[in-house]
Amino acid sequence: MTFTYAAVRPYARSPRRGPLTRLLEDERWLAVTLLLPTVVLLGLFIAYPFVKGVELSVTDAKVGIPGHFVGLQNFADVWNDGIFRVAVWNTCLYTLVTTVFKLALGLWLALLLNNNFKGKAFTRAFILLPFIIPTVLSTLAWKWMFDPTFSVINYLLFQLGIIHSRINWLGDPNLALISVIIVNVWRGVPFYAISLLAGLQTISPELHEAAAIDGARAWQRFRHVTWPLLLPVTLVIVLFSVIQTFADFQLVYVLTGGGPANATQLFATYAYQIGIGTGLLSQGATISLAVFPVLLLVVIVQLIYIRRVETH
Amino acid sequence: MTRIDRRSLLKLSGAGAIAAGTGGIAGVLASGRAPAYAQASTVHWLRWSDFVPASDQVLRNKIIPECEKALGIKLNLETINANDIQARITSSVQSGNGPDVIMVLNNWPRLYEASIADVSDVAEEIGKAQGGYYDIARTIDNVDGKWIGVPWAIGGGLLTNRKSWFDEIGYSEGKFPETWEEYRAAGKKLKAAGHPFGQTLGHTFGDAPGFWYPYLWSWGGKEVEADGKTVALNSKETIDSVKFAVGFWKDCCDEGGLAWDDSSNNRAFLSGTISSTNNGASIYLEAKKKPDSYLTEKGTPLWKDIFHTRLPMGTGGQFALPGPFTDLLMGYSKNQKAAKDFLRWVHSKPVFEQWFTSQQGYTDGATKEWEKDPVWNVDPVMLPFRDLPNVGRLVGYAGPPDRAAAEVVTKYIIVDMYAKAVQGMPAEDAVKWAYEELVKVYT
Repeated sequence: MTFTYAAVRPYARSPRRGPLTRLLEDERWLAVTLLLPTVVLLGLFIAYPFVKGVELSVTDAKVGIPGHFVGLQNFADVWNDGIFRVAVWNTCLYTLVTTVFKLALGLWLALLLNNNFKGKAFTRAFILLPFIIPTVLSTLAWKWMFDPTFSVINYLLFQLGIIHSRINWLGDPNLALISVIIVNVWRGVPFYAISLLAGLQTISPELHEAAAIDGARAWQRFRHVTWPLLLPVTLVIVLFSVIQTFADFQLVYVLTGGGPANATQLFATYAYQIGIGTGLLSQGATISLAVFPVLLLVVIVQLIYIRRVETH
Repeated sequence: MTRIDRRSLLKLSGAGAIAAGTGGIAGVLASGRAPAYAQASTVHWLRWSDFVPASDQVLRNKIIPECEKALGIKLNLETINANDIQARITSSVQSGNGPDVIMVLNNWPRLYEASIADVSDVAEEIGKAQGGYYDIARTIDNVDGKWIGVPWAIGGGLLTNRKSWFDEIGYSEGKFPETWEEYRAAGKKLKAAGHPFGQTLGHTFGDAPGFWYPYLWSWGGKEVEADGKTVALNSKETIDSVKFAVGFWKDCCDEGGLAWDDSSNNRAFLSGTISSTNNGASIYLEAKKKPDSYLTEKGTPLWKDIFHTRLPMGTGGQFALPGPFTDLLMGYSKNQKAAKDFLRWVHSKPVFEQWFTSQQGYTDGATKEWEKDPVWNVDPVMLPFRDLPNVGRLVGYAGPPDRAAAEVVTKYIIVDMYAKAVQGMPAEDAVKWAYEELVKVYT
């Protein structure tokens, strides 16, 4: 195959600086150039969907029908929707309880893993497994474990003589929410543990030694040395986790579909039901956007707190 | 040797890529759409992954090559999980790019009315040639005289029952409880013997509405009046149905059903833990396919111990909720003519027959002609499915199966009304809750 090209020049390094090179030597232009890819990516994948979501939420758009401007009507409708209110309560409870447990268990695990023991590297890698396995896959496994008829958990408890009739894990409204919380905690603890472990390893052992020499006991060393130094990292992790958990979808979608009788319905699952299942894009977007003010508040409070902690 | 520096290479390759694009980037920006690369001779058909896998094999191994031979059209068949079809339709419609033809379930054609092409010519032609469509198919796909989709087939559920266990409580020789009271009395005995009925009350798109909607209708309850706006759920009939359901659930059903999805009752039945469940024919067909794997407690093949019946009768009648399948020609498709030619061909009798035979009675045809098909003579256990389209109603009854009816299904309001009562809410309160939710949807 042959092809021709007109602009071929013998390779030679020009001694003169081109206009672009000169421009980039100016730090302001260089900064703009370096930031540009990030700005474009954020714009395309964060800002555009967000703006589109806001736009949808103030119209009566349906799939294939652009819709007209309806102001805040969708928000009023959603506010009067009983299932939405159940979803709000469930999402808040789900996020609060899982975050507390993930933090407590993650911190405990991180402290254990921070010690020297045989097989340390292997254990650390092993701990990450729940976080690495795709959520849908691991949730399907949990679904089997919670299966009302074939639950391995029930089988074990029965064999151990702890229960005499089976536990309806996903069929009882309270237990169903507890079950999805258990799976979320199981999945999230490794993230907390490994991130907090990274934070723990930045704390100089000399500080602990000095405190020990001064007579501080283990709890006192944790309370007055480890915890203050770990706090900024912890707050960032919690912030990240709260955002993720608040918008959780896959886990509940696979495990219960929001049932029974909306006992496990969350913002994201309900938005999906309305937006995709019924084609009411505007109302689906409204439900999704309802998360935004809550998350914004959480983010602002936490960022202010992180800044305060860091400046101290 | 002449060397090419990096800059020249980039310039050359960039120019080449731009030139290669049809109409270039400017064209794409002007149209506001991603470029369509499909050729006129290719038709992209999106369907669900069939509950009868042999039927997907027929499409892949026979229909695709035949299509190319008969029409010169390369058929690009894609099968996905039924639960994911709506997400694909939404993204395709919003982006104006995707499969040319999409097979949808239930009343979904009504949700996408604004985005699908008029296929009246094809549908009328097929209907006329094959004995006319069932009312169920016509009600969904024909809006004010215009066909918005070509009806493909009609599925649905019947009670799948264990013969030997019903024999043990006195229902032998083809007898079966006819009314809900009789069915409950039978279920009470069977549950006491360790063989409960199995029914879902969870959030699952097929089996949950498939049982609870016909159950409501059989008591005389309905969502709305025929105007499609006046909510009629708050009736004595509905309250009676809810009260009965609470006792029925406690006396007869596996109480794990509150968390069941569409496959849970299949597993429970095949493993011998339940005696009766409302389902498509998939339980029977699976047991028949693997006679050595699925056995009764006596070690005999399970499939020989199965029979199908309609749901019991109530004071309001005896009903089923059939699930129509429809092929939609998407409005954004650039292959309108090829796609129409394909639809006309694939729905024609000799082609459709190959697929229909492979279903073994799992679905009915969309037209009445298929009631006479020899497939119904093969296995008498499958025969009750033949009459399903004639005894069915659609969601939203007594109104049309429109978007509001779909919203009620999607929110599981009717299913949850029963679930709430079973979980302890007084029947009147459960009906009141559902009524108020319905009013929000329908007004």
